Amino acid sequence: MPRRKGAPEVNAGSMADIAFLLLIFFLVTTTIETDAGLDRMLPPAEPPNEEPPVIKQKNIFTVNINRNGQLLVEESLMDIKDLREAAIKFLENGADGTCDYCKGRKDPASSDNPTKAIISLKNDRETKYSTYITVQNELVGAYNELRNREAQRLYGRDFTKMEAEYLNPETPSSVRDDLKEKVKRIQDMFPQKLSEAETTTN
Amino acid sequence: MAKFTKKKDGDLPAVSTASLPDIVFMLLFFFMTVTTMKDSSLMVANTLPNASEIKKLEKKDRVIYIYVGTPTQEYQKVFGTEPKIQLNDKFANVDEVGSFILAERAKKPQELQNVLTTALKVDKDANMGLITDIKQQLREVNALKVNYTTYEGDAFNNLQ
Repeated sequence: MPRRKGAPEVNAGSMADIAFLLLIFFLVTTTIETDAGLDRMLPPAEPPNEEPPVIKQKNIFTVNINRNGQLLVEESLMDIKDLREAAIKFLENGADGTCDYCKGRKDPASSDNPTKAIISLKNDRETKYSTYITVQNELVGAYNELRNREAQRLYGRDFTKMEAEYLNPETPSSVRDDLKEKVKRIQDMFPQKLSEAETTTN
Repeated sequence: MAKFTKKKDGDLPAVSTASLPDIVFMLLFFFMTVTTMKDSSLMVANTLPNASEIKKLEKKDRVIYIYVGTPTQEYQKVFGTEPKIQLNDKFANVDEVGSFILAERAKKPQELQNVLTTALKVDKDANMGLITDIKQQLREVNALKVNYTTYEGDAFNNLQ
């Protein structure tokens, strides 16, 4: 006699067990990675026979790190904690008077204009990476502080926040187009000119 | 009175577990979506330095990783205790970095090949000499966008 009750119901009691097994597997293999860091652009490899451009010495802010992690900034020893302050002073010095948003002292011996100011970073081959990162962080911080100040004045919010929102792929494109111009404008006010020379060996 | 005493049979009614699978599945899907499988295991010590002015590395498919650090205990017998470069699953010399970048770049889709970032995951105790050599290699193959991957924190903690 054929039974006409339809297919018998599958016992779903072990469903939870299976799901738990999978859950535990994913729990164990998960690493929620927090990848963040300092973005930098390397200078392009230069053709060997090209003359380097002539730059006035006063527009260059030299930072030299030795193998013991000590800093030589503009020919004098400096504590790493004072570096950010010194870099800000140099960047917004505005000696030629064309920079109307600079609040520097207009010292004729320091940089002409933020767009001309260059920070040159040199390090020894035996400098520790952590020291190097700290110095990089302070120099990027100096730029960010100035940019934040201008962004606050012009748009009432921080540059770093605006940039993060602009770079975030989840931001709607209408917002991003609007931000693009603002970010560009602030970046042009204080362009990041951070040159990294090749290392010295002594 | 008798009625009440009769009903008191002792045990509490069992809690229904019918919705347990749903809850577990929900958790499961959460972890499935946030999981990123590690494609290479670390063979070098990799304590990153701290920095505060950091930017997030957005799209993972546009990143090439280079690890630098002293080899871990099990590899120290063979490779020594000097910081080494790890590319994918093996140790490499500095002069292999360029070709590695080119090979990785060729694997990516055409439209991404010009927007790749090289993430340098360098142990805080490494020396700059090696990093400089890597940077020189990167410049030669025109991989100019780099990201020094760090933890978020006060940069002055690095100095201790």
